[in-house]
Amino acid sequence: MPAHDPGRPLVRASSIGVHRGGRWIIHDVNLEICPGEVMTVVGPNGAGKSTLLKTLLGLYRPDAGNVVRAPGLQIGYVPPTDPVQFDLPLTVRRLMTLTSPCPADTIANALGEVGASHLSGSQVNELSHGEFQRVMLARALSRNPDLLVMDEPLRGIDFSSEAEMYQLISEVVEHRGCAALMTSHDLHYVMSRTDQVVCLNGTIRCMGAPEDTVDHPEFHQLFGTRAEAYRHVRHQCQGESLDT
Amino acid sequence: MLDDFFFRALFATLAVAAVAGPTGCVILWQRKAYFGDTMAHSALLGVVLGIILGLNPEAGVFGVAFLVAAAVVVLQRVSRLPGDTILGVLAHSTLAIGLVAMALTDNYRQYELTAYLFGDVLAVGREDLVLIGLGGLFGLVVLAVIWRPLVAATLHEGLAAAEGAKPLRNQLLYMALVAAVVAVGMQVVGALLVVALMIVPAAAARTLAHTPEQMALIAVLIATLSGVLGLYGSLWFDTPAGPTIVTVAAFLFLGCLAFDGGTQRLGRSQGVRRGVARAPEDDA
Repeated sequence: MPAHDPGRPLVRASSIGVHRGGRWIIHDVNLEICPGEVMTVVGPNGAGKSTLLKTLLGLYRPDAGNVVRAPGLQIGYVPPTDPVQFDLPLTVRRLMTLTSPCPADTIANALGEVGASHLSGSQVNELSHGEFQRVMLARALSRNPDLLVMDEPLRGIDFSSEAEMYQLISEVVEHRGCAALMTSHDLHYVMSRTDQVVCLNGTIRCMGAPEDTVDHPEFHQLFGTRAEAYRHVRHQCQGESLDT
Repeated sequence: MLDDFFFRALFATLAVAAVAGPTGCVILWQRKAYFGDTMAHSALLGVVLGIILGLNPEAGVFGVAFLVAAAVVVLQRVSRLPGDTILGVLAHSTLAIGLVAMALTDNYRQYELTAYLFGDVLAVGREDLVLIGLGGLFGLVVLAVIWRPLVAATLHEGLAAAEGAKPLRNQLLYMALVAAVVAVGMQVVGALLVVALMIVPAAAARTLAHTPEQMALIAVLIATLSGVLGLYGSLWFDTPAGPTIVTVAAFLFLGCLAFDGGTQRLGRSQGVRRGVARAPEDDA
């Protein structure tokens, strides 16, 4: 991993906007991601979460503002896809070398890190959603990224495995020390494992450390009763931890 | 050896098969079977234009097929019509315009229409052979250069682009390759069947392969085998060469399908016996 100055952002977006189909999908978005930082974008369907991620990745050219990525930035991307979309014969091992060759031991390490070593010979379109997301995470990790970008990392994963997947992402990010940017709908996870929460709905409604955003009126407007319930639980939990 | 028309035909067929195999695999992965068909429909227009402009017919076919491919890509981006509508419109309008253009040229009876529709591989001359050989070699080199990013973009365009591939450039190069296979393959099996030369061997290979590269290689082997058996078969049964080649490919496809079905059933029953948990079939 090329060393990045901890004070300088890996990616900086300045007043970016993306205009598609006669409307601004996102507009006036300012944010920066620093080395080692974990940032989660939350927001309702159609809020522009995916569009924001794609613009930061450089897949969309912003129609307003600009995106600056640190020179030599290595990104690991986990796109929002299903295993069943893949119509070609592909083993997990070959998936790991999809865009560039990779030494066998790096592949083995990355698969081991996500607990998917036993899948290396499997066909990708026979994996379950959970297995597939793990493998895609391993693929991103094998590139030794400074920044891990995950769009809906829990896509298609059933309720019982969600916590496990969140735990895995947290462990990996902590162990690697890389920055992470993801979209999520799970407020509990967002609140417990994230440095920065970005509430998006066309533009950034509020942003900051989880404990600050949870009391923000915009946050309540976006998440309504769920936010209320979350705040309730959080205060209770804090009370308990103070008692013990 | 190359003085013999039969060996010239054999060599031309093998050169086309080598490029058609992997090109056809990508057609299947991208679900572009009708895309290839549309290019082939435009072949007649290419032949006529090639002759009117004083070029050779193959150059005309290549040019028109590539333009049609580019038109599909552009129309898909700017219009709201679904892909198959665009393909249907382009395929039949280019065919109609080709027929009209042929009638408008003074001496259209001189065109041997059947040669273009059904191919005439036994008439391949020495000069054609040099062109086909060099073209095939060039096609394989281009394919080797763009292969990894092309496969990556076939899987997920955003992912490939995020990691440095140039999906649009590679896709255009790839479509030029398909146009070239249409133009050259037309001499071997004819415009009506040229897409079969790409699709049928690749489809057969799909049942046996575990990786994209295996599939490409097996497709080349099956296309080559079809070419050799088809040419000898056409000599033996005194049937037209192009259709015989495609018929052999179709039987090889059936054979692969049966083989795959057999091994799958075997694997499943063994799995049950050993109590091995298999990946769920319903979401595959």
